[in-house]
Amino acid sequence: MRKSIQNLKVIANIKLNDDHHLLQLQAPDQLEKIYPGQFANIQVDHSQSVFLRRPFSIHAVDYQNNIISILIKGIGEGTRSLSQSPVESYLSVIFPLGNGFSLPAVNEKVLLVGGGCGVAPLLHLAQVLNQNSNDVFILLGAKAAADLVELDQYTRYGKLFTTTEDGSHGEKGFVTDHSLFGKELSQFGKIYCCGPEPMMRAVAAKAKQSSVDCEVSLENTMACGFGVCLCCVTETIQGHKCVCTDGPVFNINQLKWQI
Amino acid sequence: MADLSTVIHNIKLKNPVLTASGTFGYGIEFDDFFDVNQLGGFIVKGTTIHPRQGNAYPRMAETSSGMLNAVGLQNAGAQYFATEIYPKLTKYETNVLVNVSGSTVEEYVACAEIINELDDIAGIELNISCPNVKEGGMAFGTSCPSAAAVVSAVRKVYKKTMVVKLSPNVTNIAEIGKAAEGAGADSLSLINTILGMAINAETRKPVLSTITGGLSGPAVKPIALRMVWQVSQAVKIPIIGLGGIMNATDAIEFFLAGASAIQVGTANFIDPLATLKIIDGIDSYLNRHKISAISELIGCLHL
Repeated sequence: MRKSIQNLKVIANIKLNDDHHLLQLQAPDQLEKIYPGQFANIQVDHSQSVFLRRPFSIHAVDYQNNIISILIKGIGEGTRSLSQSPVESYLSVIFPLGNGFSLPAVNEKVLLVGGGCGVAPLLHLAQVLNQNSNDVFILLGAKAAADLVELDQYTRYGKLFTTTEDGSHGEKGFVTDHSLFGKELSQFGKIYCCGPEPMMRAVAAKAKQSSVDCEVSLENTMACGFGVCLCCVTETIQGHKCVCTDGPVFNINQLKWQI
Repeated sequence: MADLSTVIHNIKLKNPVLTASGTFGYGIEFDDFFDVNQLGGFIVKGTTIHPRQGNAYPRMAETSSGMLNAVGLQNAGAQYFATEIYPKLTKYETNVLVNVSGSTVEEYVACAEIINELDDIAGIELNISCPNVKEGGMAFGTSCPSAAAVVSAVRKVYKKTMVVKLSPNVTNIAEIGKAAEGAGADSLSLINTILGMAINAETRKPVLSTITGGLSGPAVKPIALRMVWQVSQAVKIPIIGLGGIMNATDAIEFFLAGASAIQVGTANFIDPLATLKIIDGIDSYLNRHKISAISELIGCLHL
C-alpha cells in the first residue's frame, strides 16, 4: 500500500515480559498489502524530551481486522512511553515505509535469524514465507530464556531453534554458535537476518563463507522515515543510501561490511 | 476565506507557506501524503555543482524540542538535478525554488547558471549558511564582504528571483542582510540552523560524526523570531521567516515580526501534513481577528 499518515487505535497492549510489549493497532480502513520488513514510524506523545517519531518493524499484519502489530522493547523514554499506550487511545502512525525482504523461490529452504528486538519483522516474514510454501527455519537468540518472546507464534510458521547466552533456552551461545551454522548452512537458499549490528555482521560473514544469499534489515536513527531528511544513511557500494527508503532491508553484497 | 496571497519579489504565492530546503526532498516524496500544489511553494534539497556524498553517519541527534543534523549537502549535483529530477517537477503548478550551495564563488555561479536554464523553477535560494560543510557554505554568510561577493557574482548570471538564506551564526545578522540586499538579493530567508553539539555522556564521544551540527526545531524559534525582527528593521526586501515553525500560531508570530512568507522545516519530519494544517490555521486566525488579508499582518507587531 502507499505510505500514509493515520491515527490507529490501540486495541490491545500485551505485556510479554519485563520490557517487551506487543501493541495491536487497528486502522479505520482496509489495509492494503504490506511487505515483510516494512516499518512504521510512530509519534510519541506526552513526552517532553522525545521530539521525533520512533521507527518500528511491522511485526504482524491481520488484513481481516485491519490490524498491524508492533513489538516494542522499552529502552529509552520514547519506547517506554509508547509501550504504555492505553487501550482505546490513538497513535499517529506513518506506514508502511521502506522496502521489504525479497521473497525466495517457492519451496526453497530458508533460514530466518533474529536477535533482540530484531526478531520483530521476522514473524511477518515467516508467515508470508510459510504461505509461499517455503521450508522455514527460524533461529532466535537472546541473553536468557526470559528475553525470548512470542515463541509460540513463530512455531506456527516454521521450525524454531533458539540460542541463549546463558544456556537457559536452546543451545548456549550466540546465534552463530548454533549447530545450524555448521557444515549444513549451505542447505539454505537464503538467510534473512535482523538484530544488533554485530550479530548481523557475524551472520553475514557465515553466509558469505557458505555462499548463501543473505539479506539484513538495518536499524538507524532517523528523523523522517520517508527519505527527505537524509539522516539515516549507511555506506553501500553505491555510496550513501538511506536506511528508510533504500532499505531497511539490504542484501549483504550491497553493504561495505568487512566480512 | 481570507486572502492568503503574498509576494516575494516576482513570485506570487497563493499562500505564505513554503517548505524549507532539506526537509521536503524534491516534493515528490510527499505525493503519497497530499497534493503539494496546495502549498505556496516548496524549496528543494540543497544542490551543488558537483555531486556530494555528504558526511559520515551518525548525522542526526535528537535534542530537547529539536534535532541536530550534519547531513552535509548530500546531493547528486546540478546536472543530475536538471536532467533527471527537474522533468519530474514540471508537473507541479505551485512555485518550486532550488536551494543552491557551493564551496567557492565559482561553484555557486556554475550551479546557478544551470538552474537559470530551467523555465519552471521560480527562483533560487542561495545557501550561504550551511553549517555542515568544511569549505564554503556558512563561511560566506558570516562576513559582509564575502556574503556580498557571492551574492553579486550569482546576481550576474541568475535572472529570476534570488532569495539569500542567512546564517544565524553571526554577531549581527542585520548587517549581513543589508550586505546581501546591497549585492542584489531580491529576498532574504532566515534562519538556517544554529551550530550546536551533542555528547554521549556514557561513551564520552560526540554523537555526530562531524562533532558539531545544525540545530533546528522549536528550540530555535525564539532566536529565529528575534532575527527576523532585527533584519526586517534593516532591509526593504521581503523576508521569508523560518526556524521551528510547528503550527499556525508560530507562523503568525513570524508574520508579525516582519516575514512576508514562512517556511516549514523540521515539522515535516514529524507530521508530513503540518503545512496543510498551518495554512488552515492561518486562515482561521485571520477570520477570527476579522483581518481580510495576510498582507495586513506582515510586520504589524504592536509595540
